[in-house]
Amino acid sequence: MHFVVCIKQVPDSAQIRVHPVTNTIMRQGVPTIINPYDLFALETALRLRDAHRGEVTVLTMGPPSAEDSLRKALTYGANRGVLLTDRFFAGSDTLATSFALSQAIRKIGEIWGPPDIVFAGKQTIDGDTAQVGPGIARRLELHQLTYISKIGHVDKDSGVIELERRAEGGTQSLGSRMPCLITMLEGTAEIRRGSLNDALRAARAEIVTWNAKDAGIEDMLKCGLRGSPTVVKRVFAPTPRAEKAKQIELQPKARATAEALLDTLFVAKPSLEGDMRTLAAGL
Amino acid sequence: MAEAPAAPSRATMKKELPERFRDYKHVWVNIELERGQVHPVSFELLGEGRKLADKLGVELAGVVIGGVNAGGREAAADAFEYGADVVYLVEHPVLADYRNEPYTRTLTELVNTYKPEILLLGATNLGRDLAGAVATTLQTGLTADCTELAVDADKSLAATRPTFGGSLLCTIYTLNFRPQMATVRPRVMAMPARQDGRAGRIVEHKVDLVEESLVTKVLSFLPDRNSSKSNLAFADVVVAGGLGLQSAENLQLVRALAGVLGGEWGCSRPCVQKGWAPADRQIGQTGKTIRPKLYIAAGISGAIQHRVGVEGADLILAINTDKSAPILDIAHFAVATDAIRFLPALTEAFRARLSIHSRDRLAG
Repeated sequence: MHFVVCIKQVPDSAQIRVHPVTNTIMRQGVPTIINPYDLFALETALRLRDAHRGEVTVLTMGPPSAEDSLRKALTYGANRGVLLTDRFFAGSDTLATSFALSQAIRKIGEIWGPPDIVFAGKQTIDGDTAQVGPGIARRLELHQLTYISKIGHVDKDSGVIELERRAEGGTQSLGSRMPCLITMLEGTAEIRRGSLNDALRAARAEIVTWNAKDAGIEDMLKCGLRGSPTVVKRVFAPTPRAEKAKQIELQPKARATAEALLDTLFVAKPSLEGDMRTLAAGL
Repeated sequence: MAEAPAAPSRATMKKELPERFRDYKHVWVNIELERGQVHPVSFELLGEGRKLADKLGVELAGVVIGGVNAGGREAAADAFEYGADVVYLVEHPVLADYRNEPYTRTLTELVNTYKPEILLLGATNLGRDLAGAVATTLQTGLTADCTELAVDADKSLAATRPTFGGSLLCTIYTLNFRPQMATVRPRVMAMPARQDGRAGRIVEHKVDLVEESLVTKVLSFLPDRNSSKSNLAFADVVVAGGLGLQSAENLQLVRALAGVLGGEWGCSRPCVQKGWAPADRQIGQTGKTIRPKLYIAAGISGAIQHRVGVEGADLILAINTDKSAPILDIAHFAVATDAIRFLPALTEAFRARLSIHSRDRLAG
């Protein structure tokens, strides 16, 4: 079987600092990581490959430096990495991104066999849109299966697949068919520790690098800024409120500070004390 | 899938709306109906959609998609009372459970038939799954998780959302395509007042769908057991902890205070990423949006990511040693002290003040 996993290299948000004065993000020196949500998709694909045999191809679109994320994926045991990089992709919104990725997946299918399942993470931690997975599914006419919490029976001969999906207020048990696109929910499959063999292989592996033309993209008008129906007109820091928080004066004892704080809170918002009393009484 | 028309070149970006989109009119809200229940985010969106429609001088419509006699008429009546003028109602046996394929086909067909200029959906699992597929099929723009929606002087939708991992905000337009699509997370917009007895017009639309042509089947549905689920989004009092608490164990201090107050507890995104708390306790842009009467943020610095999730609180108290932390820009009151030391004292003070004699109780 063939599994294609779409990943994105993102800044490690735990290490992002915001400039204290300008309130802009300080990107310099921020380490990049594989989008954490994508790792659940990658691990799920690796487990399916281990169980059913086949290959895992990892695909990313980004600057040349995104190669690092593919190499990292190889250390976990992915079979190959494909980097889609071209200045024509700059400024892509989710629609243009899903176009480019879907074209690359077609090409991957032509070379290494059509994928049975295309995987993606639930969303990225930098864009947070959750739109690219569904976009790829529509463009490749794959059955769209998002927020999957568990993959059950997979029958590679009949193409039948059973899964569980996180819906509003409960879990759906679904029966569907491959080829399909699955976005995995977080917490579903912790990424493995790669083997030493895989680490050595990853260090030496050649990352397949494609520009738009290599990926079979002919219509550049569908790429990048020009292929993006959305236009970002304004980026701005939120206006701080007129006044900053009022500091409660610290007393020598924490309890005294707490008492003074409650006095202040209940004076500032007289209805609060009654509301909280009612709430607490309900316990 | 039909090939989309070519995207505009950069030069045409600022020109007028293409001729074929000129008759796209009215504001639509997807009314999320599942197992007879309307998701409250649909009503929040109707409140927001009403403002946009009034500004544009057009109608506000709700879209209700569901099974036959599965609560669609009731949902339509609700939609009218929350501000809709029209409801497009599609009832069909294959639409009984949410599935991407038939819902995408139905909503796409509705858009192509009745041509709305704006289409809003809740940023729920259902709404995101559907919006992404519909926008791609229509080849139009979709802006996720908006925190503010407005109509510009030239009548286009200005959709504002956090960007760069939640450190800045950006305003996004879909200039040359229709409908202009956006999703909004639950609780981000205020619930509008319900106008009892307000009525509207129902437009029934028939779709041609057959179960045999649909590949994905819903085999069963297992509802969540409510006892273990957090009720963060709707709690009147919320206490949350951040990295300032220094360890997963110290989150217990937050839970203890929430327990005494009969409130809910939560945490910032880094805490979830460190594995200190489960994802359903996360407050912020990528977690829960809250609108409590009192929000206590302990050891949370307050990146925009977090801020957009708590701004709807009536009163915000920050406990943070750092007097320059961004949380102080949105908090009303602050105590510049170590939350680990202060939380137990605050818990005792509240317990005494609210004359709570009962034993300790953990929230959630």
